[in-house]
Amino acid sequence: MNATPYLVAEGVQVILGDRLVVTDASFSLPRGSLTALIGPNGAGKTTLLRALCGLIPAAGIVRIDNDMLENLPVRERARRFAYLPQGHVVHWPLPVRDVVALGRFPHGATDPSRLPPHDAEAVERAMQATDIVALADRRVTEISGGERSRAIVARVLAVEAPVILADEPTASLDPRHQIEVMRLLRDAADGGTLVIVVTHDLGLAARFADTAIVMQAGRLATVGPPAQALSPDTLADVFGIDAFRGEWKGEPVIVPWTTA
Amino acid sequence: MTHELRKRGTSLALVLVLASLVTLLFLASLGIGPVRLAPSVVVEALAGAGIPEHQIIVREIRLPRAVLALAIGAVLGLSGAALQGLLRNPLAAPSLFGAPQTAAFAAVATISLGIADVRSFVLPVAAIVGAFVSVFLLLMVAGRNASLLLLILAGLAISSLAGAATALTMNLAPNPFAALEIAFWLLGSLEDRSFRHVALSLPFIMVGAALLMTQRHAFRALSLGEESAQSLGVDVARLRLIVIGGVALGVGAAVAVAGTISFIGLVAPHLMRPLVRHDPARLLVPSALTGAALLLAADIAVRVIPSTTDIKVGVLTALIGVPFFLYLIVRERRALGGGLG
Repeated sequence: MNATPYLVAEGVQVILGDRLVVTDASFSLPRGSLTALIGPNGAGKTTLLRALCGLIPAAGIVRIDNDMLENLPVRERARRFAYLPQGHVVHWPLPVRDVVALGRFPHGATDPSRLPPHDAEAVERAMQATDIVALADRRVTEISGGERSRAIVARVLAVEAPVILADEPTASLDPRHQIEVMRLLRDAADGGTLVIVVTHDLGLAARFADTAIVMQAGRLATVGPPAQALSPDTLADVFGIDAFRGEWKGEPVIVPWTTA
Repeated sequence: MTHELRKRGTSLALVLVLASLVTLLFLASLGIGPVRLAPSVVVEALAGAGIPEHQIIVREIRLPRAVLALAIGAVLGLSGAALQGLLRNPLAAPSLFGAPQTAAFAAVATISLGIADVRSFVLPVAAIVGAFVSVFLLLMVAGRNASLLLLILAGLAISSLAGAATALTMNLAPNPFAALEIAFWLLGSLEDRSFRHVALSLPFIMVGAALLMTQRHAFRALSLGEESAQSLGVDVARLRLIVIGGVALGVGAAVAVAGTISFIGLVAPHLMRPLVRHDPARLLVPSALTGAALLLAADIAVRVIPSTTDIKVGVLTALIGVPFFLYLIVRERRALGGGLG
């Protein structure tokens, strides 16, 4: 965990319209780690995520692998950050394989039916990791919600970017698929990727993350290992809740219980 | 790998079939008229052989008309496919967004203000500017990630405004003949077009089509939404401008020489989408070919349908296109209802 920082934010600040959405966000994260970005609705989590990969302009400094984000061309950013937005929609009934192949877009492989071998292999790896090889020729609109979430994660994995930013990838999934998606992202982290996941699920955060970043009204309230960052005081202060805390098979368990 | 090869094969076969169809319709268009000519005679005349009268009919009277039908149909089909790709919506089309109407207004105003006559290059430029303003305005009003309903309402408002402005121009026309001239031209027709008209429009149409084609892969990334496309390295703001510019060049130049021809941009991509496995990038070329085939066929039909007055091709495409549009609305009504809620 105390490896060299790979993604560094220093005093990141985002103003949307005339509203200060993110203020003075500073942290540094190493590769091979999974970070949960937690906070109440409207705390600025999605905005921070977008700012980190340059989808929206931000003040302050973001460095990735010692390069300033602002100096990287759009293509290069796309190769370094794989971004999974909220709600993961696919607008046309494309075959699953073509959706996953879009992950190779930043590498110049823009046509799924003419992938260079190197890119085709990356797509194959991503589909194997997410266990969707059998679905490759099905239309993405015709498969189940759980299968679709795996396909979308596969699209993000296919980028083979050093950083994955996922915005509520487990929202609207049943418990089994929530765990499945988190497991896939955890595996990516164990394979050396830097993963940041926005989630409202304190239980999943506590179980799968190395670090929790808690946001409140645009500021970072706490940053640290989940068991500490999600302390009873923080939960009461940030969310206004009291949670059951325990341990199961050596992993911390946090279950929201009552309003504080 | 066989999977990829098969897919590439079907898409190539589709393009070849469509190209043959367009070629046949093109030859038929050269053969049909007051003097009917057999395909062999047409080919002979095109090659500069055969009876001089036939050569004149084919090469000077009918060839510009057929070339315009081909180019305009193609660019309308392509524009429809590109707009649908940009907006991720099967109901997007230039004519629903008021582009041809606005282009027509710009052209009519240019003529009636005496700035230019119908044979001047000012006319296509004015029409292109009109089309650009309308599509730009539409996307500004509707904003990012606009719902279908919002887009169609904004389009309706823009085309109504353009229609009213055109009506005013006709109302204020110096004499009834001028008004009639404008009205007939607005109906959309390819009759009596010369190579001057081809020269006026074809360069703009080709630049517009080329602009749209350069963006084809971006439409594929847009399948995942604007945010994902941007995170994949697509400059969405730039893409929007290029698509608006390409559509405006194509539609504006088409309107400047042929008047408003509607619904080809809606119908052509719709027919082709299932045949390209819904890939928004691979949709472009087949949509252009289908658009060309549709307009060539419609322009043949207006010459074949017996009637005392000439039916204008724009009227025919609207008569066929509007029921088709209604059918699409019925099919997409859930998406439309979602826009309301």
